[in-house]
Amino acid sequence: MEAFADFWATYSTLIFTVGIHALLALSLWLTLSCGLLSLANAAFMGIGAYTAALLTLHLHWPFPMVLAAGALAPAAVALVIGAPTLRLSGVYLAMATLAFGEVTRILVLNLDITGGPEGLNGIPLLTTWWHIVLILAAAGYALARLRRSRMGRAFEAIREDEVAARMMGIDVEGHKLAAFTLGAVLAGLAGALNAHSTFFISPREYGFENAVDILTMTILGGISSLIGPVLGATILTLLPELLRFLHAYRLAVNGLILIGVVLFLPTGLWDSRRLRHLLRAWRARREGQP
Amino acid sequence: MLEQQLVNALTLGSVYALFSLGFTLVFGVLEVINLSHGAMFMAGSFAALTVVTRLKAPLAVGILAAMLVSGLLGLAIDALILKRLRARHAPHLIPMIATIGATTVLTSAAQGLFGVEVQRFPDELLPTREFIFGSVHVRALELAIVGIAFLLMTALFLVLRHTRQGRALRAIAESPKAAALLGINVEGLFLATSFTAAALGGVAGLLIGLNFNSVTPLMGQPILHKGIAVVILGGMGDIRGALFGGLFLGFAEVLSKAYLSSQMGDAVAFGLLFLILLVRPAGLFGRVLERKA
Repeated sequence: MEAFADFWATYSTLIFTVGIHALLALSLWLTLSCGLLSLANAAFMGIGAYTAALLTLHLHWPFPMVLAAGALAPAAVALVIGAPTLRLSGVYLAMATLAFGEVTRILVLNLDITGGPEGLNGIPLLTTWWHIVLILAAAGYALARLRRSRMGRAFEAIREDEVAARMMGIDVEGHKLAAFTLGAVLAGLAGALNAHSTFFISPREYGFENAVDILTMTILGGISSLIGPVLGATILTLLPELLRFLHAYRLAVNGLILIGVVLFLPTGLWDSRRLRHLLRAWRARREGQP
Repeated sequence: MLEQQLVNALTLGSVYALFSLGFTLVFGVLEVINLSHGAMFMAGSFAALTVVTRLKAPLAVGILAAMLVSGLLGLAIDALILKRLRARHAPHLIPMIATIGATTVLTSAAQGLFGVEVQRFPDELLPTREFIFGSVHVRALELAIVGIAFLLMTALFLVLRHTRQGRALRAIAESPKAAALLGINVEGLFLATSFTAAALGGVAGLLIGLNFNSVTPLMGQPILHKGIAVVILGGMGDIRGALFGGLFLGFAEVLSKAYLSSQMGDAVAFGLLFLILLVRPAGLFGRVLERKA
């Protein structure tokens, strides 16, 4: 038991981070499942984190309400900026969301209420491990149900071919806005949980690099299933810990992984179709040699 | 006071234009949003700094080193990564994601090689003369920056306009397939474009490094975001648009910093970008095109 206590004391932050990153990767998975490449999810996370932290610090709201507000605030922002932005597609959408992320970061950096570049300090540590597990499980379950629902199928149709989807009578704009906003809800939740598990937040944690990190996790894992993003988040969170001996060159490994995946594993690490194929080949080989 | 700000704005704007020119060239010809262009900027600055401080070479050699190192890096990224993705006909976003990976690798390598602290050019190397026109003080350095930026941009325009290779490039920008059918060496010109664009980015990096006398591994990130703003302002792939957009952003940024709020200057660029995208996705000067997916 004591060994476990030691282990927990050393690694609990890391385990919390894995869970929060998994939630973020799922939030991007949701937007990508509708064919939208958004670089705004880090900003949504930041909006959720700051909203939640300010409500706890100044108004002393109960934690469940803080979490709900942390999820809803970025969703409201997503609704407002989504309506005009989502008319853009492909790289133009990526650029617009990047610009939104930068404007958000600069605003947070310069407002008084957000504490400027120093950020917010002394946020009570209200997040416990079971909050993260519960929310991650609920999000996973909801997303799994969503995939098989009418809405999930519509997302997939839009991703594959927007024009064809429109011809089938799918409300393309409405569904895109839904995917973007629901993604913001998950990212905001991750931000609120993160703010209450790290004691301290600053604008630096929600910039372009973080948007890229979220993207890397999701792409590395693969978007063909929900396991992919969680797997990608876990690997990329644990990897830097394992690569400590590389010092400053540590991040280069992330970059190389991203390039390698794009070049050699376009569908990501966890491609259910490929795995099924491999499994079948393995079985066939075993049955072939009695 | 205003005149002085205009000089600053022209200096900054011409470097923005030079940087964005390479960025937009790659988009126009290769149809790739090359997010590693900021890393080229950083690499050029470090290449020049190294040559100047370690080898005690004059600044002119530093400029050549910046062009060569950045150009070769751009060439390597194209030959090793983008070429394979072209062969596979990967969708547009895939090469963009790959260039993000390349940026992470290069930034991290620079942090490992040079450390994270700000590095400076030795003072004795920088031209110190000042010209005084009425109430305006213009540093010789600023004149040189504007001069070099415009010289390189003019050279690029002339090449694109009047040479065989330039015409071939414009043909590729219209349609790579048709250009290949006409016997144009498309792959070769893709490589040449990547080299040229990265070399221009490298010089821009050196010029900014000299202007603020500060070189850091992370200096490519803010300029990349500004380059994106410029290219959106001017229209993606539009060479003239990059020139005007760069100058415009330089003036908008300096003037809003001087007269509105010193912190919000950076927000102006992205606020503008956001607005332009919503109102005129093809850019201020662009023809209204069908949105490219």
